Amino acid sequence: MSENIKIAIKNLSFYYREKCVINDLSLNIRGNEILCVLGPANSGITTLLRALNRLCDLDAGVSMKGEILLDGKNIRDEDVNVTELRRRVGMVFDVPTPLPMSIYDNIAYGPRLHGNKGRREIDETVESTLRMAALWDDVKDRLELPAMSLSGGQQQRLCMARVLAMNPEVILLDRPCSGLDPISTAKIEESLTELKQEFTIVLAPHNVQQASRVSDRVAFMLMGSLIEEGKNADVFSRPKDQKTSDYITGRFG
Amino acid sequence: MNSRDHERIAKALIWTAALFVLAVLAFILIYILARGLPRLDWEFLTEIPRNMGRSGGVSSTIVGTLMVTSLAVAIAVPFGIGTAFYLAEYTRGGYITRIIRFCAESLAGIPSIVYGLFGFIFFVIFLGLGWSVISGALTLSVMILPTLIRTSEEAIRAVPNIYREVSYSLSATKWQTIIKVVFPSALPGIANGIILSVGRCIAETAAVILTAGSALRMPSSVFSPTRTMAVHFYILAMEGISMENAFGTAALLIILIFLINVVANTFVNRFVAKGVKR
Amino acid sequence: MKTFRENLSGYIFMLLALSSISALALITVFIIVQGAPLIADVGVIDFIFGMTWAPSQGEYGIFPMIIGSLSVTLGAVILGVPVGICCAIFLAEFAPVKLRNLFRPAIQLLAGIPSVVYGFWGLIFIVPFIRDYLGGPGLSILAASVILAIMILPTVISISEVSILALPRQYKEGALALGMTHWQTIFYVILPAAKSGIVAAIILGIGRAIGETMAVIMVVGNATAIPTSILDPVRTLTTNIGIEMGYASGEHRQALFATGIVLFIIIMVLNSLAQYITRKK
Repeated sequence: MSENIKIAIKNLSFYYREKCVINDLSLNIRGNEILCVLGPANSGITTLLRALNRLCDLDAGVSMKGEILLDGKNIRDEDVNVTELRRRVGMVFDVPTPLPMSIYDNIAYGPRLHGNKGRREIDETVESTLRMAALWDDVKDRLELPAMSLSGGQQQRLCMARVLAMNPEVILLDRPCSGLDPISTAKIEESLTELKQEFTIVLAPHNVQQASRVSDRVAFMLMGSLIEEGKNADVFSRPKDQKTSDYITGRFG
Repeated sequence: MNSRDHERIAKALIWTAALFVLAVLAFILIYILARGLPRLDWEFLTEIPRNMGRSGGVSSTIVGTLMVTSLAVAIAVPFGIGTAFYLAEYTRGGYITRIIRFCAESLAGIPSIVYGLFGFIFFVIFLGLGWSVISGALTLSVMILPTLIRTSEEAIRAVPNIYREVSYSLSATKWQTIIKVVFPSALPGIANGIILSVGRCIAETAAVILTAGSALRMPSSVFSPTRTMAVHFYILAMEGISMENAFGTAALLIILIFLINVVANTFVNRFVAKGVKR
Repeated sequence: MKTFRENLSGYIFMLLALSSISALALITVFIIVQGAPLIADVGVIDFIFGMTWAPSQGEYGIFPMIIGSLSVTLGAVILGVPVGICCAIFLAEFAPVKLRNLFRPAIQLLAGIPSVVYGFWGLIFIVPFIRDYLGGPGLSILAASVILAIMILPTVISISEVSILALPRQYKEGALALGMTHWQTIFYVILPAAKSGIVAAIILGIGRAIGETMAVIMVVGNATAIPTSILDPVRTLTTNIGIEMGYASGEHRQALFATGIVLFIIIMVLNSLAQYITRKK
């Protein structure tokens, strides 16, 4: 079971002020696979994702216990460079979030921050990442237009390209398809399956069906606790826990 | 009398009040512009006031106004915007924030005559700058500071938080986030605040008369005393020097303020039209 | 290098913020240092309640000015506040879009016009009007009240309107769903809910009225006597400073700064009150 572990979460507990949002969670995330973290609202999934790239540092009143090891290194150590961590662990949010600038500048945002300023190099990055996100053909003639002018699905794929442009190792997606139509959703799921060749993907799906479609492994969380974790086939056909079974069959949620 | 009658009476009352206010404003503007506009010609704008302002134009007061105003805004803007960024981005609502905000709001309420007293004793006397463009500008810069802080802070807070999160998640530092995302998004609002401050400087009389003086000659440097248009207008009217020229100067002031408001509003509208969500 | 720049930028912003607020400290210190010795000389009670202001004889009592400031401010509030609140309700609840788009910039313009222009208009229109139709010298408490009432309108209107618009939509929808008429909703639900904002608007309006100088100088007559009617001329705290600062020196100038201290304290109390009320929510 110890093969290729990218992220190891050990006994993680997470609090907003007094309130416990994640309770003693341990989970291994393997490289080059899609892990779906599943569960009803307020299960602590968003918080878990935000803990993995330390975006939760921005929130007031946060405290946590336990360890998150990325390639064996605790990301909460003093000597960890947070910006470098966030470059390695990219994130796509639950609503499309283009920055108020052009399509091109949105993708160039990350690379430019790292002194990677050659116009030629950035041009190449923009093209290759837009191709990976299956958006290049849609936008190649209007890269200078504001990103806001794209449709919701296109915006979300732009956000994926933007993350890819940082050349990350892990990509976190927090319900990336929640506001999208089925066609856009299908396109994003398709790219995810291709992307796992190169990246480790942690996806909070917006419903059970999405998890069953795209995941290699599934983790089911409820009220801040990890209930069950395993291979897609195992969890969906032979759930070990009654709560998991009830959730995936739609008895609650 | 039933509730529908109440409704009708109340509605009539409110409409009357609103239309009355509009009418009063229109009346004041027309009253002054009708007599002032005919006085405005090329000579009035380009000639120096002669004979205490009885004849000649207002050119030196225009120059004085522009010098005092631009200098005041240039001095105040870095402090105002810096304070706004500190309040909006670097503090988490602790007691420091509360103290700064209390001070800023208190500054906003201080009457301009008190700014005049302070500017007179501090810049004119204590720092030995005398009645001068620079004394007037420094005094006004303190006076417009709260406006700048408040409008900029509002503009910065109006920038959706998700932009900051996205920027951080793309591995930007705080400084990079502020410079590349927050500042450009807040710029229209900040610009609006700056333009309104320009308007306040141009309109101010009490604080300027005590610090920049009322000399009518063309200011030769920032250390020369000068008379701004508002002060000139006040002296012409109060001392009954020339009603005709007073009306002309008043019309000029109103036109300037009107233009400033128009420019400020286009900035706000662009801000809204840009479709900044959430 | 990167962390250094991060820390540096934070410190620069803090430095700018601290220098901005140090302005308040500077103002307080310099006004007090200039004015306090004279108050100590004359005595607080004699200064504030003294009936005679005669700098040439060394008599410094500002009670008539305090009465003057209070009376013109009270007049401005009585005339301006009801109209202002009606306008705010109009803007927030009744105004058709087109009229609102005309009204808001008009209020802005009203706020931006130099106070001396209002004073001038008062001098050539309101003052003769009062003299001809109501009697007295025209230069009077009433004239100043009218001008100040117009001048505080933008403050009262915009802050009240903002506090009405800030209410959750459910208040209004809930009330209307209970079968209340629009006016009942405004009177029984919206206005009580927006009360603290409206009160703050009134207090800030009062602050503006007390602090206004140039417009008041032009219409108030500036006599240092206790008024007996609203048609009498008075002198306010601000106009006392504005008129005499130009030529005062020595003790006389100190007395004007002392007047400034009194004004400053009144304003600070009003400001703190307004801030307290808005924050209490």
